[in-house]
Amino acid sequence: MATSATIHAHAAPQGFIRKYIFSLDHKVIGLQYYFLALIAVFVGMFLSLLMRIHLIWPTAVLPLVGEIKPETYLSLLTMHGTIMVFFVLTTAPQSGFGNYFLPIQIGAPDMAFPVLNMLSFWTTFVAFVVMIAAFFVTGGAPLHGWTGYAPLSALTNTGPGEQLGADLWVTSIAVFCIASLMGALNFITTTLDLRAKGMTMMRMPLTCWAWFITAILGLLAFGVLLSAGILLLLDRNLGTSFYVPLVVVNGQVMAHKGGSPLLWQHLFWFFGHPEVYIAILPSMGVASQLLSTFSRKPIFGYRAMVYAIMAIGILGFVVWGHHMFMSGMSPYSAFAFSIMTMAIGVPSAIKTFNWLGTLHKSKIRFYAPMLFAVGFVSLFVSGGLSGPFLAQPVLDIPLHDTYFVVGHFHLIMGVASIFGIFGATYYWFPKMFGRMMNEGLGKLHFWLTFVGTYAIFMPMHYLGMAGHPRRYSQLTEVAYLHNLIPVQTFMTYAAFITIAAQFIFLINLFWSMFKGPKASDNPWEATTLEWTTATPPPHDNFGGHTPVVYHGPYEYGVPGAAKDYVMQTDPTPVTAH
Amino acid sequence: MASLSSTVPVKLPETGQGGGVHPPAYGGGGDGGGGDGYPDYGQRLRRARLGLAIALAPIFMFFVSITSAYIVRQGLPTLDDKTNSYVHDWIPVQLPLGLLLVNTGLLAASSITAELSRRQITRQAALAPVKSIPGVSLGDERRLPWLYVTVLLGGGFLAGQWLAWQELATRGFYIATSASSSFVYLLTAAHGVHLAGGVLVLLYAATISLLNKPVEARRIVVDVTAWYWHFMFLLWVGIFALLWFAR
Repeated sequence: MATSATIHAHAAPQGFIRKYIFSLDHKVIGLQYYFLALIAVFVGMFLSLLMRIHLIWPTAVLPLVGEIKPETYLSLLTMHGTIMVFFVLTTAPQSGFGNYFLPIQIGAPDMAFPVLNMLSFWTTFVAFVVMIAAFFVTGGAPLHGWTGYAPLSALTNTGPGEQLGADLWVTSIAVFCIASLMGALNFITTTLDLRAKGMTMMRMPLTCWAWFITAILGLLAFGVLLSAGILLLLDRNLGTSFYVPLVVVNGQVMAHKGGSPLLWQHLFWFFGHPEVYIAILPSMGVASQLLSTFSRKPIFGYRAMVYAIMAIGILGFVVWGHHMFMSGMSPYSAFAFSIMTMAIGVPSAIKTFNWLGTLHKSKIRFYAPMLFAVGFVSLFVSGGLSGPFLAQPVLDIPLHDTYFVVGHFHLIMGVASIFGIFGATYYWFPKMFGRMMNEGLGKLHFWLTFVGTYAIFMPMHYLGMAGHPRRYSQLTEVAYLHNLIPVQTFMTYAAFITIAAQFIFLINLFWSMFKGPKASDNPWEATTLEWTTATPPPHDNFGGHTPVVYHGPYEYGVPGAAKDYVMQTDPTPVTAH
Repeated sequence: MASLSSTVPVKLPETGQGGGVHPPAYGGGGDGGGGDGYPDYGQRLRRARLGLAIALAPIFMFFVSITSAYIVRQGLPTLDDKTNSYVHDWIPVQLPLGLLLVNTGLLAASSITAELSRRQITRQAALAPVKSIPGVSLGDERRLPWLYVTVLLGGGFLAGQWLAWQELATRGFYIATSASSSFVYLLTAAHGVHLAGGVLVLLYAATISLLNKPVEARRIVVDVTAWYWHFMFLLWVGIFALLWFAR
């Protein structure tokens, strides 16, 4: 087990560079990841704003950007997707909050390998810089979609942005893979080896379980993405033909043959499907944490929740083919992937019912973090329910590559997962910064975002069923889409309001950091280990002593206890219940 | 029972050579680190080995994904535009078998010397406290520089792989010549990059011995790198077997 002296054989660092730039402290590194994700999400949101404007005003000339040509629209959506999936959804919930709170919640003074941790952040940062650089090189950013399908992405003359821009894109992703693998290594070792005395695996908060399983998913998936990316770089630059069959581009026969575009799809989606579970599982852990804390009830069915997280993780590796139903695969393979995809609905449903069970007959404290947690459940159900539709190959035939898919993944990744991040921010802000965020602004932010995102993404299901393809730039040029333009217009106006609402969050975040009312050590009266220590936590997390754990993480409303909650480190025994 | 270990300022651990007598580094159960400020090297070693085991998983997945691409591509018929029919266009690469076997021998030898150096430094770390007892001598143990020999053999393997590439080029197989040649270069290069990383870490381990870092700390570096080295050897055997028997 870990003791402070074992890992922290050095005093707190001095000097600005050691303290804030190349810090080895997991708390600083967690915040570095969080702020990187914050920058990335505003970049990604700006790109989506340009997309939304272009869809309903295709000929508009915008300040700074000029006119958005169809190929530029494709670059916008490529970079929007890539930045959001990698630098926001894979970074903030796992590397951001996970780095900050996993060690504290298990009673450790730091991560297992602090130097590796520091390197993993700065490698992620380099990956982000390389990605952004793609906008500024000749030809601009690539236009092949965040999914980067070959042979479009594997050749350099397939469009603007497909020369240096695409090379930077692939390189950025490859560097990101290495950074993620380093991070996953740290998370897994820390969870297995650094738990404090009494903190058994089945006493860990569900956030820790989520970070642990997510790290395992990342460990096994990012290696495959790395190989996919390296093969792509070879095809693009050294003339190999891993992905490129005999093709003709602009009337010219290319000097490639024998490659398989399907190889890219398999390699990418073998990574890509676990990736979306990497994006959602930490937010599920946060939701469990918040729902329990703010309803003053233990999470319903803790053990089932743990097994459900594991089941989602394992099943997530055998469903990648459902992204390829329209690729010409054998219907028998499609059947197998379809069954496994629908099987994931079972643990997901178990988790959903358990969240509802936690809320049932509880005394809810409706603070901002709780609103986002309940909102998460709502959005997870809304976004998740369209999944089984897409999981049927027969239904996927008309729905593939339509707005139905866009609505599905935005509701579940782009909103539900983000609500997990928001909820975690409002919840842990007092612990990280020693001050409370403004509750009124938090509630306003929640309601505007909740209603706004439903307004943006629910109509997309209708658009998809009506046959509206995704990634189309000029809607006015396609006759059968004319009747759907009013829906797009509505979605764009909803997007304006929702994006504006995020500035309320930004102002609240930075204002409260400096001027918010001072927070106590445990303002939410929560039970887990981070609330036992000072606000903000000292350098070694627990001020020189090692916590000892006596209880599970959700001892709320315990009969016979002095208060309506029992902290994990409270040595008072409670009667079995 | 609740017990809180007190904060102890940790002083830099002295090596076994000279200075005071230290208790064995690996005894005392889990709390060995808190009592006297001496870092628990046993725990650190276990943690480092755990970290390595976890790190080997994505490396394995990386090579598995390339291997599965190799196998499928080998059996994939492709369109021949001249005859407008599907043909199998897999051209077996003429591998320089002798040279590759020599390289394999070098790597096998380096694995043996890596293991010898791992055991050597394990003994040194175990005996370090004994040497500090006044009047006790272990005699002059023949200290062969197994670590340096491993670095040399590893470097020799990499040089041999470079020669193999040159031989392939002479035989007309470049990276983009055929699908099979692309995979040969890709697999050998990827393995070589990982092995080179191991060589650099071994060099680091060899050099820090000159910087008087405690032998227990050096042992951890050598131990973990030696296990990594064995994995790299087995990986090479797998790659070579694939490229030769499934050519």
